[in-house]
Amino acid sequence: MEHEKEEKNGAFSKKIKHQLGGETITACYQCGTCASSCPVAKTTERFNPREVIKQSLLGEKQEILSSEAIWLCCSCYNCQERCPQKVEIADVIYALRNIAIKEGHIPNIYSEFAAGLMSEGRIVPMSKFVEKKRADYGLPPLKPTGLEAVRKILSCTGFDKLWHKKEEAP
Amino acid sequence: MTSYALFLGCTIPARQPHYELSARKALPKLGIELVDLEGMTCCAPPPLQSIDLETSVAIAAQNICLAEEADLNIVTLCTGCFESLAMANNMLKENKQLKERVNKILSCAGKEFKGTKEVRHYLQAIKHDVGLDRLKKSMTKDLTHLQVASFSGCHALRPSKLLRFDDPERPQLFDSLIEALGPKSIRYRNKLKCCGGLLRGYADDVALAIARDKIVNTKKAGADGIITLCPFCFLTLDLGQVLMKSSYKEEYNMPVLHYTELLSLGLGIDPKELALDFHKIRLDKILGKIA
Repeated sequence: MEHEKEEKNGAFSKKIKHQLGGETITACYQCGTCASSCPVAKTTERFNPREVIKQSLLGEKQEILSSEAIWLCCSCYNCQERCPQKVEIADVIYALRNIAIKEGHIPNIYSEFAAGLMSEGRIVPMSKFVEKKRADYGLPPLKPTGLEAVRKILSCTGFDKLWHKKEEAP
Repeated sequence: MTSYALFLGCTIPARQPHYELSARKALPKLGIELVDLEGMTCCAPPPLQSIDLETSVAIAAQNICLAEEADLNIVTLCTGCFESLAMANNMLKENKQLKERVNKILSCAGKEFKGTKEVRHYLQAIKHDVGLDRLKKSMTKDLTHLQVASFSGCHALRPSKLLRFDDPERPQLFDSLIEALGPKSIRYRNKLKCCGGLLRGYADDVALAIARDKIVNTKKAGADGIITLCPFCFLTLDLGQVLMKSSYKEEYNMPVLHYTELLSLGLGIDPKELALDFHKIRLDKILGKIA
């Protein structure tokens, strides 16, 4: 099994530690303060931050990267504020999502945000209705966005190719 | 007069012009001038950070570079934009290696992050540049009959290490700025808990269940309305009540207002000028208590 190999070498933890946001993962001692601070874990059994960290540390790479759980963090940072080991849990989850996306697991809604950024420089498209309302209420016309700068940045980091991988996470 | 580069972001101009309108009317009355810069883009919030955090920091930094070039600090209305920009600004100021990598990315777009400017939420600007006394003295309407539930949203407060907005467990700034306008800012259960907004679009059922908790708790505490800072919290709680009616057959009629709207009402700005028709839950209960 691939994950057993990963576990032996600690290769998956190392990979997470090297990803921006993932640096603190190995300080976790599984106390569960994160889970008891988590508004999502209080609401559904589909997400538990302590479990996500545990599975990652155990090297269960494929299970975690293809899981729904990593997308159910609401990024409220409650866990991160309270972690006695200073594990930056919400940021570790970003690191896991970044790795998952590189491996082709991107939920549809995230592809839509990325597409908006690429085409307009903003992730919420303007509507004709609101544009008219804005003018009616005397709001100034919007200044042009720095779309060209954004496209250059996205192409420079390879971001523009990442979101085309449409194989969806469950 | 203190001038700031206004960072509007995506959601406010596209979906919540009532927030922008009240901010553009109220803040200059307090002596805060908002300057619109060309070339600002999306702030690169959590959904983009989830795709690639380093690229997102670079996109945030591109916006900060524009403010550096204009020699202005940034002020944001949206709490999400505040988080993305303040986080990137402080990460880059404190992490030399990251700054080098991001500047290499920015050079593709002919930009360089220098780290000479601050990113402020407009509440910080009001506290810092106006002060509670002047704020109180600017009020022309009596809002003291209102009792409201403040909800700053997560990304004003956390991650506190990078945002430095207020104490993340016992915040005071927002409540003190509400009470300076006249209303009582009441206590309620789970006040600092998330609204669930960022799960909308991926797990709508979970998002709505979390939002329901906020509405139920503010209702039980007897709030006349909820005061928000973040367009996602607003959407989740205002439109959310319409969804709660269809999903749970529950009706709450809890008004939700942005702080700048409450401020505008206190400054005597005519409600008809504030595009209040963008609210799903009517504000009659609030407006009726303003003398």
